[in-house]
Amino acid sequence: MNQPASAYFIEERHDPNETHTLAVLVQNEPGVLARVIGLFSGRGYNIESLTVSETEAQKHLSRITIVTTGTPMVIEQIKHQLDRMIPVYQVVDMTLSKRSIERELAMVKVRGQGEHRVEALRLADAFRARVIDATTESFVFEITGNTDKINQFIDLMRPLGLVEVSRTGVAAIGRGPEGM
Amino acid sequence: MSDKSHDPNQMTGAAMIVRALIDHGVTDIFGYPGGAVLPIYDEIFQQSEVQHILVRHEQGAGHAAEGYARSTGKPGVALVTSGPGATNMVTPLTDALMDSIPLVCISGQVPTHLIGNDAFQECDTVGITRPCTKHNWLVRDVNDLAKVLHEAFYVATTGRPGPVLVDVPKDVQFATGTYHPPRKSDVHRSYAPRVKGDATQIRKAVSLLANAKRPVIYSGGGVINSGPEATKLLRELVEVTGFPITSTLMGLGAYPASGKNWLGMLGMHGTYEANMTMHDCDVMLCVGARFDDRITGRVDAFSPNSKKIHIDIDPSSINKNIRVDVPIIGDCANILGDILQVFKAEAKKPDIKSWWQQIAQWRARNSLYYKKSNDIILPQHAIQSLFEATRGRDTYITTEVGQHQMWAAQFYGFEEPHRWMTSGGLGTMGYGLPAAIGVQVAHPDSLVIDIAGDASVQMTMQEMSTAVQYELPIKIFILNNQYMGMVRQWQQLLHGNRLSHSYSEALPDFVKLAEAYGGVGLQVTKPADLEGAIKEMISVKRPVLFDCRVAALENCFPMIPSGKAHNEMLLPEQANDEATAKAFAGGKALV
Repeated sequence: MNQPASAYFIEERHDPNETHTLAVLVQNEPGVLARVIGLFSGRGYNIESLTVSETEAQKHLSRITIVTTGTPMVIEQIKHQLDRMIPVYQVVDMTLSKRSIERELAMVKVRGQGEHRVEALRLADAFRARVIDATTESFVFEITGNTDKINQFIDLMRPLGLVEVSRTGVAAIGRGPEGM
Repeated sequence: MSDKSHDPNQMTGAAMIVRALIDHGVTDIFGYPGGAVLPIYDEIFQQSEVQHILVRHEQGAGHAAEGYARSTGKPGVALVTSGPGATNMVTPLTDALMDSIPLVCISGQVPTHLIGNDAFQECDTVGITRPCTKHNWLVRDVNDLAKVLHEAFYVATTGRPGPVLVDVPKDVQFATGTYHPPRKSDVHRSYAPRVKGDATQIRKAVSLLANAKRPVIYSGGGVINSGPEATKLLRELVEVTGFPITSTLMGLGAYPASGKNWLGMLGMHGTYEANMTMHDCDVMLCVGARFDDRITGRVDAFSPNSKKIHIDIDPSSINKNIRVDVPIIGDCANILGDILQVFKAEAKKPDIKSWWQQIAQWRARNSLYYKKSNDIILPQHAIQSLFEATRGRDTYITTEVGQHQMWAAQFYGFEEPHRWMTSGGLGTMGYGLPAAIGVQVAHPDSLVIDIAGDASVQMTMQEMSTAVQYELPIKIFILNNQYMGMVRQWQQLLHGNRLSHSYSEALPDFVKLAEAYGGVGLQVTKPADLEGAIKEMISVKRPVLFDCRVAALENCFPMIPSGKAHNEMLLPEQANDEATAKAFAGGKALV
């Protein structure tokens, strides 16, 4: 196929995409999250999920967990690009280590009556979701688990009167006694 | 009065800024005053250790600081006001980021209590400059200022150098706090660039080099950034191994153009021999370069049969565009030193005689050939004449961006590093004139020439006024073809010769323009007058605009058409209509 006229080589590579979870330890200072997010938007990387909170207040350390997709070459770039930012201490590819636990928390609001309401409660029980708010015509469930489990639960709630969902995004930690 | 009033480290934020500049050995800064930096300008007025060069537009300050930095190896410093002062710095900051130039920009900001209120001359400077700096800071407390300033210099100059910006609100400039001289703890603990290369990787590299049959060294701007030691070691490595060497645009001068192993520049407008050597090599040693798209051409056909060794201080440069076999992360000088040591101890010069014979055949194609004329000045000839006239002199060359830049890279032979200042990564038209000002400030007695184009030079022409004010005798050597030559070349090759807005309509009379600024204007139209005019330009000890009228429609060859590989170059003698049409198949009707 002929290339269109351009000063650039514009044929793209089509390697298969992978999903990776990255844990990024950063100095908690103004603008640090903007730097990380700006890197992703500026370089055209994907963010599937982003979780951030201060984890060690005394040392002003925050932990950012990012789920991203890309070709293996792009994932490698993302890690290097993050790692060279001044306030970034460490970047760990939780997916590559294969020894990590990933969890997400979701709050799921369901509205309904009669049989739907009973069924929602029964499913919630099966998924070990807790009821954290209830009215005569609604429930708010709290559920934790990996992303697949939460997706599955939400799908099941849909026909039973799903109103809205709030999710935290993925948090991840390595198994075993070692820290990152 | 408290004891604090006698503490010499108690001072205003504005005084801290000047003090920090002095503590970091800064002697010259480039800037433009405005409301939000007046306290700093007041401090500058009351001292004589730091000389301030007043530019005519903040972009000029940034490029001048870049020229200063690149020609000295020291950081360049720019001082600008809030709002438009800061936004005008975006281009030079981005330019410095792309070309890894250490630049420290200090910008004024509206007082902290007004930040976010859309105050007069307010903009989100740290937000705007975040993606175009290596790091930036907004200082809200005067007691953080010393630490941040010291860290800024450290970050700009270590690791892969780059631009940084410190945004200082006006109330912080007025406030009094405690200054401290630079100390280690000023720097983020998370910032620790790697300098030393991995020993196992170095051994792997040496083993590849020692067994190479068709090797090439491909060096880049990183060698120059690393400092004189890296240049020395690179030259020694070439000597010890006998390998051919080519370089990127940014790396010119690290290996001398007169050296016998020199292949010329590689890439889109590189020499045939450099690109063919890259394509056919079996071992490639990349030192401080980053496999940019102007270098590689078609990535899936880039040097398909070689093992690649890549030395870079920035891990994110590794495997970004091209997969390499032996990455070595660290400072070039350090790693080249280690490679040399291991090579000398354990290997001997590989026999690559047949490889050199092959290269000689490629060289014989004479890919930089052009047809001279007695009637009209060819731009290539103009650069060659300039080179001959300045050979052996203490000369620095800057450029703008376009055809003239490529011709300068092809035809001006650089013997030493830090002598060639050009906008490589960002391709900033208007870079060369202010950069020349920065170079001349750093080297007052040297000959500083901006090889320019008639279009580029108009982008920052106002800095002629700066040159005149500070008696900086820069020479602006304009290859005037009355076109945006490179734009026109692409339109001819790729857009059916529809020359949309690439003709320089209504050009000023450059001679009169020079005179209007208080400089000297020269014009030459005939090849026979060229040599004499260049001599005159050099002998004038004032800023000169040299209007060199050249062949209007000359194009820049050789050339790798986009989407093609290194071995599919278009050579000048082949660049007739038919061959060009074929090379650019996919482009429409051609010249």
